[in-house]
Amino acid sequence: MMTPPPRFSGDLAHLPTHGFGHRSLTWWGIIGFMLIEGTFFALTIAAYFYLMSQEQSWPPPPFPPPNLIAGTLFTLMMLVSEIPNTIIKKAAEEGKLREVRVLLLVMTAIGLALLVIRGFEFNSLNVKWYDNAYGSIIWALLLLHTTHILTDWGDTAVLTMLMHTRHGIEARRFIDVSENALYWRFVWIVWLPIYLLIYWLPRLA
Amino acid sequence: MRRLAPLVALLALGGCHGQQAVLGGGGRDDALFGGLWQIFLIVTIVFYLVVLAGLTWAVLRRREGGEAVVRTTFYIWVGVVSLTLVGLSIASWLVDRTMNRAAHTGLTVEITAHQWWWDVRYISPGHPDQTLRTSNELHLPVGVPVQVILNSADVIHSFWIPNISGKQDLIPGRNNDIVITPTRVGIYRSQCAEYCGLQHAHMAFDVTIEPLATFQQWWGDGLLPARAPATPEQKAGYAYVTTRECATCHNISGTPATGKVAPDLTHFASRATIGAGTFPMNRGHLYAWLADPQRAKPGNKMPEIGLEPDQLHAVAAYLESLK
Amino acid sequence: MTDLDPDLARDGPELTGEELHRRLTLAWRRPAGLYGWLSSTDHKEIGKRYIVTAFGFFLVAGVLALVMRTQLARPESGLITADRYNQIFTMHGTTMMFLFAVPVMEAVAIYVIPLMLGTRNMAFARLNAFSFWMYLFGGIMLWVAFALNVGPDAGWFAYTPLSGPEFSPGKRVDIWAQMITFTEVAGLAAAVVMATTILKQRAPGMTLAKMPLFAWSMLVVALMIIFALPAVALDSGMLISDRLVGTHFFNPYERGDALLWQHLFWFFGHPEVYIIFLPATGFISEMTATFSRRPVFAYPAVVLSLIATGLLAFGLWVHHMFATGLPRMGYAFYTAASMTVAIPTGIQIFCWVATIWLGRPVYRVPMLWVIGFIVTFVIGGLTGVMLASVPLDLQLHDTYFVVAHFHYVLIGGAVFPLLGATTYWFPKFTGRLMSEAWGKVAFALVFCGFHLTFFPMHITGMMGMPRRVYTYPAGMGWDTLNLISSIGAFILAAGFATFIVNALVCLRKGRVAGPDPWDAAGLEWATSSPPPVFNFPHIPAVASRTPLWDEGEGLPVMTGLRVDEREHLTTTVIEAIPSVREPSPHPTIWPLLSAIAIGVTFVASIFTPWALVVGLVPSAIALAIWFWPKNPTVPPEPTIE
Repeated sequence: MMTPPPRFSGDLAHLPTHGFGHRSLTWWGIIGFMLIEGTFFALTIAAYFYLMSQEQSWPPPPFPPPNLIAGTLFTLMMLVSEIPNTIIKKAAEEGKLREVRVLLLVMTAIGLALLVIRGFEFNSLNVKWYDNAYGSIIWALLLLHTTHILTDWGDTAVLTMLMHTRHGIEARRFIDVSENALYWRFVWIVWLPIYLLIYWLPRLA
Repeated sequence: MRRLAPLVALLALGGCHGQQAVLGGGGRDDALFGGLWQIFLIVTIVFYLVVLAGLTWAVLRRREGGEAVVRTTFYIWVGVVSLTLVGLSIASWLVDRTMNRAAHTGLTVEITAHQWWWDVRYISPGHPDQTLRTSNELHLPVGVPVQVILNSADVIHSFWIPNISGKQDLIPGRNNDIVITPTRVGIYRSQCAEYCGLQHAHMAFDVTIEPLATFQQWWGDGLLPARAPATPEQKAGYAYVTTRECATCHNISGTPATGKVAPDLTHFASRATIGAGTFPMNRGHLYAWLADPQRAKPGNKMPEIGLEPDQLHAVAAYLESLK
Repeated sequence: MTDLDPDLARDGPELTGEELHRRLTLAWRRPAGLYGWLSSTDHKEIGKRYIVTAFGFFLVAGVLALVMRTQLARPESGLITADRYNQIFTMHGTTMMFLFAVPVMEAVAIYVIPLMLGTRNMAFARLNAFSFWMYLFGGIMLWVAFALNVGPDAGWFAYTPLSGPEFSPGKRVDIWAQMITFTEVAGLAAAVVMATTILKQRAPGMTLAKMPLFAWSMLVVALMIIFALPAVALDSGMLISDRLVGTHFFNPYERGDALLWQHLFWFFGHPEVYIIFLPATGFISEMTATFSRRPVFAYPAVVLSLIATGLLAFGLWVHHMFATGLPRMGYAFYTAASMTVAIPTGIQIFCWVATIWLGRPVYRVPMLWVIGFIVTFVIGGLTGVMLASVPLDLQLHDTYFVVAHFHYVLIGGAVFPLLGATTYWFPKFTGRLMSEAWGKVAFALVFCGFHLTFFPMHITGMMGMPRRVYTYPAGMGWDTLNLISSIGAFILAAGFATFIVNALVCLRKGRVAGPDPWDAAGLEWATSSPPPVFNFPHIPAVASRTPLWDEGEGLPVMTGLRVDEREHLTTTVIEAIPSVREPSPHPTIWPLLSAIAIGVTFVASIFTPWALVVGLVPSAIALAIWFWPKNPTVPPEPTIE
């Protein structure tokens, strides 16, 4: 190629090969995902209010509101899970492999317990999805959130296995752990308004 | 004025005098609509010509420079476009508000749309025995505001008589209504304006606008029971229709045929069309319909009965007598 | 060539030119053969297959249009049955909107954007690959169903209750709804890839304020996709659920609402048309600048217009529902909002015309498409202003007037720019130029055919002809105008055919193009045509909006990226300061296998909801293997601090 020699204007060799937070490309992907899933939830919530606005009473008779026990237990457990979640995020950012390995096992166990409680929640809604639109929309809200618990649990389980292999020491894997913890935050934060809409609004409306 | 001639010609292309035409003229709000349409048409044409002129000049221009002029023009352009759009919004809103001013309606009609036919009920407040049920046709008195209540028995349809007013959807589970005031005597055509399935293209009805006295006469005649069969053939047809399949679905007042799920046939022969505007009302099309409705309008809810030729003649003769 | 240190792994003054090309090709190329092709993570290959597939869908959907126009050329023509016609118009709209219009814009961007930004690949290269396979599988599922007479027939927007279980029994609408799921997954994945690439992988010095206008339009569009597509995915999910497991979202007899469908659909549907239009405005900006020999007038105004359009687009959707009987005061707001969105579009039009006026325009074929766009799209925009008015809309809604309007904005406003952009970037994709002469013929046929087809529809609409009718009665006064439209359609088709043949022939026989055949300003023209697999030997740096015009032959470049491993550069979001040396994924078959697992799950779930549970397992396994790190082929390096 008969082109003139390039004009070198700077060097990149000193740059790191990875970074946490907004320096990580996958962090941006996770933010994108949160926006997408957040929009999904916002629209489902909008549909909930839309259907509710057409009713005189909510839930429409003869259905009683969902039982509080399973849902409240789930919510409390989710809030408590933020404690190990914060610790593991910090540990990952400091490269502490042993802490990360232990806490990942803890988070996997918590995720499993939450899925079990979620099963009880479905059973205690006091309405079926095919009964009427009220039933359909609260099942939809709960199901949508459950897919998040499920996929995040799957991610955590795979990550747990991964961190126990020789790949565990790679810097990039610590970034994965940190971002997984970030996504977990999204999963429980998004749960709070849904909890209120499924369990409390039918009691107050 | 002469320069406006091409513009008027353009407006005339809007099928000014059709029986199913937006600018056809026949409703109270014609002038309002026509005026608004003209405003929008003229404004948009002017803007288009301005853009074309600017583009042509830009293409042909040979000189360079002129950033300052362009910048000034830019601000003017944004200002003019914005103000124009504000003006158009206000004009539109004012027209809409005026069109929807409450009118004392002198008549209530309830229309229930079905997949691919129209059920029409004329309500006389306080006189339930005066309620007239017809199908696939609408008679209205000229100059009287009518409240048309819009229901659907199945999917979303849309009620639209272009000559008289804009459209309104008939949505199951929702109470919609529209107030229309026909202002010109004549016969117009209406067609369903929301895709409603297989035979959406064949879901129309005729609209007869007539003087009040004529309308009241028509209503009164409509309340009369069906004409008794006279000739032997008609009697045979009557026997078939009121005792066999037809009676399960169709209603003919004053006879044992009291089915509610299909068009009312009491005064069937006085309608202009068969099959909700699909075919003109004449013997040939009536025979074709009766012989095989599925061939005539595939997918419609009337099954092929399988009439023998003599039954066909009899039934047709009877139906033709139902004026 | 001097004896190079085998331990040296970075580009720089010691490693440049031919030797650098050789080493980078070794690092970035993929295995030859079918397996390699299926495993590709190269954005250029993915972009090309996306473009070819999208154009393929365009052609088949176009053939459906010709069939419809043949039927409608005469009243009561009887050529096609009602059932077949209803499938055809549904397939035409669905294919054009979901399988052509949005994907083709994404496709061109996938190829061009990394080159325009001066980087080596897109972010999340495997997700990029995955998104193509999901798109392809969704399209194939839809068309196989159509071929088997199980194609959807409820219209491209499938209003409930018509599309619900009671009135659309069978699998037709389920196929449609699940196709949405496929294309929405693909679109959302592509949007995340696009947004991240544009925000984080620009050339050093390419601040947001120096970014090409096409990149701005794709950034806005990626964000719009993220907020709009979930609405239709949710809607179609609710529909499948109503149809398959007995929910009552849209069933008014069990406290649901038929209009819920429309609200959710149009919340997606209105932004959707701007998702289609804004990339086209990006094309116009690029071509207008190049062929006017100057940057677009008032760059900040154009950027603000893109952003304003993107935001406003979300506040208009009720203008599709004026006839449904919602409160009138609410309608007034949507009229005002719908009018307002015309302002940023009007600003862009001014800026393009101003650029031509101020510049020294050269009328190569892409510029003809720009002119054609302005002349045509503006008509569609103006009929849109008419339809924004409630009294006017209540007459014109659901008539052929609307059909005319949206074809003017979609063909005039998106397809014309697309054909110009294809001609413009064809030399970059293929190394050859399309024929100028045949390009002009194609343009003339398309332009004349288009107006002949669609202008009369304004009139037939005003004469009362409703939409989506498989036939119409004689004696309505519609006959001649429909015949003219039908003749126009065949001329239009001839124009498209000429364009395609021109492209196919010039693939082999076109005039060979150098790196910058149009003497344009953007970074994509700073590398060879077609680009090497690694795009740029050294990462370029920029200091202006028009680097090639300002730096000429001496485009500054950065050194220091590894050449024995795939590496590209990420920079900061606003100032584009170099940030991290990011590895780029090697070719892998797992995006394809994941798409197959997930695709089969989606298709099977039309028949039973348990498919979701069963299909979860292979899908999860495929995804886990995808993400599982591979053993590095060269030892990882410690960070130099």
